[in-house]
Amino acid sequence: MLATSGWIDAGIINAGDGTHEHPTQALLDAFTIRRRLHKAASRGKGLDGVTVTIVGDVLHSRVARSNLWLLTTLGAEVTMVAPPTLFPMDMTGWPAAVSFDLDDAIDSGPDVIMMLRIQQERMNAAFFPNSREYSRRWGLDDERFARLAPTSIVMHPGPMNRGLEISSAAADSAASTVLEQVANGVSIRMAALYLLMSGDREES
Amino acid sequence: MDNTATRYLIRNASLADGTRTDLLLFGGRIQELGTALSHAGATVIDADGLIALPGLVDLHTHLREPGYEQSETILTGSQAAAVGGFTSVFAMANTSPVQDTAGVVEQVLALGERAGYVTVQPIGAVTLGLAGERLAELGAMATSRARVRVFSDDGFCVSDPLLMRRALEYVKAFDGVIAQHSQDPRLTEKAQMNEGALSSELGLAGWPAVAEESIIARDVLLAEHVGSRLHVCHVSTAGAVDVIRWAKARGINVTAEATPHHLLLTEDLVRGYDARYKVNPPLRRREDVDALRAGLADGTIDIVATDHAPHPVESKDCEWDAAANGMVGLESALSVVQASVVDTGLLDWRDVSRVLSAAPARIGRLASQGRALEVGAPANVTLYDPAASREFGRDKLAGKSTNSPYLAMTLPGRVVAVFHRGTATVLDGVLRAPAELGGREEPHHG
Ligand SMILES: [Zn+2]
Repeated sequence: MLATSGWIDAGIINAGDGTHEHPTQALLDAFTIRRRLHKAASRGKGLDGVTVTIVGDVLHSRVARSNLWLLTTLGAEVTMVAPPTLFPMDMTGWPAAVSFDLDDAIDSGPDVIMMLRIQQERMNAAFFPNSREYSRRWGLDDERFARLAPTSIVMHPGPMNRGLEISSAAADSAASTVLEQVANGVSIRMAALYLLMSGDREES
Repeated sequence: MDNTATRYLIRNASLADGTRTDLLLFGGRIQELGTALSHAGATVIDADGLIALPGLVDLHTHLREPGYEQSETILTGSQAAAVGGFTSVFAMANTSPVQDTAGVVEQVLALGERAGYVTVQPIGAVTLGLAGERLAELGAMATSRARVRVFSDDGFCVSDPLLMRRALEYVKAFDGVIAQHSQDPRLTEKAQMNEGALSSELGLAGWPAVAEESIIARDVLLAEHVGSRLHVCHVSTAGAVDVIRWAKARGINVTAEATPHHLLLTEDLVRGYDARYKVNPPLRRREDVDALRAGLADGTIDIVATDHAPHPVESKDCEWDAAANGMVGLESALSVVQASVVDTGLLDWRDVSRVLSAAPARIGRLASQGRALEVGAPANVTLYDPAASREFGRDKLAGKSTNSPYLAMTLPGRVVAVFHRGTATVLDGVLRAPAELGGREEPHHG
């Protein structure tokens, strides 16, 4: 709103607004996926045909929303998995497949599985019975992690609830990109600030 | 100067049914109707091309006084009403102190009389302090000088089913009505906008249609069970129209209102996060707007009421989640009704005089208002130019607050003159100053 108000002519970076969007998180996630998949040859490449499964509290997640728009724009195929209570009411306009079954999603062999944080405050609001049941049905536990393809990568925007939405084995495995996401976050945000503050390439 | 001593001859006006007539107003009444009436001693108003409607009656106005005078006072709200063509407003109970005792409703009544622009009819709270726990002294308010007949906790829903049942039963003793703000509180915790595809995309907490419809369904069944009278405030969803249509077909004594904004605007406006579009119940989908219009046309919805809800700038000029709910609507109501249901061919001007004057006065049991323009009736008359078109700017607002969703929109029609019991409150589209009204204390139920 500030960006379109006409009150100021400064550039504005959305650093995450409520439960709407978090664009720099999506940029760093896309960057991280591309680095893992294409290594040194990743510059300029899209994410065509890459299958990404996003699991967890989609309803309240600005990370999920921004990733949906960016990853599909780059050519990825996105599947979202959550209990029905943690999906928004109407996702008909979303370019994503929707599933309530994490085991199905794991068995379809996604290239990327992205686990979302479950906030403590959801526990007492009847979104699901309790943390044990959530973990059993929608958590990336050791058994589900073992069924992933060896080339699959495991992502999490942090901070993690170990033992709830993700097991320590999965979080600390070689498949995990959690620490790369943190490091890439610094680079991506530096780049965003630089591009915005230095103005258009043509003018400089 | 006592304005009722002024004789007004309104020349060549069209009544709602299309007949042309002159109207002579004197002594607070319509003294003569007919063509070529004598203008001797009268101030003549040329009404060629204008429609003469019975003075408009708003069953749902928030005047904010006592307690929230930074938003509106009874005087400024009365002025906004007059500019919009109203001669009476029902003042909602969510003031501070709440209008839940005979003393407070009599104070509101007296302040309305002193302002003099419109008949201010207080609404009483259903529950003490709007807290939804114990009934307020409904009988004392009913027998007070304010003669309250409409009771509402508007802003809050009387969600406790037993309390709602008791309230409906109790007001039968004095022909009262419970005006319900239908909103299941648990289903709408932290709600920010209509729940649907757009709220899903924006990540704003949703206000689902079922939270309105389930309360209405419960309330019409309660009204049927105890044989009482229910009024449903600001119906906003297609499903709610269906429930009310079903209830009426079943013979249940229920009436319903739609607001001008729910008849014209849709939820897409939320996209820009301009909090002027934040209102409760929220703006809904195009399908809901169409269903409300159809419901108004077929009589399922009885009236249009503004839910005029003034707020100071600082309550709106902020992030969406923090902003207050509500829009001012008195000044724009008739134009918005014209744009949404008259110019679209769904209602004619007879229907407009019914839904904006006769029916709200009848529901509120206000005998002096909403009368047909006949000889001997109180001289409550609004002259309206339906051919006009104007950009709706801040200069069109006469109340204290500017939270109108229509600013910068082009709206049809213009209120040209308004007479409240024979006193001109608006002439040539301009509000008259308090001194020009005479400042006379008027008897309340004339
Ligand atoms: Zn209300």
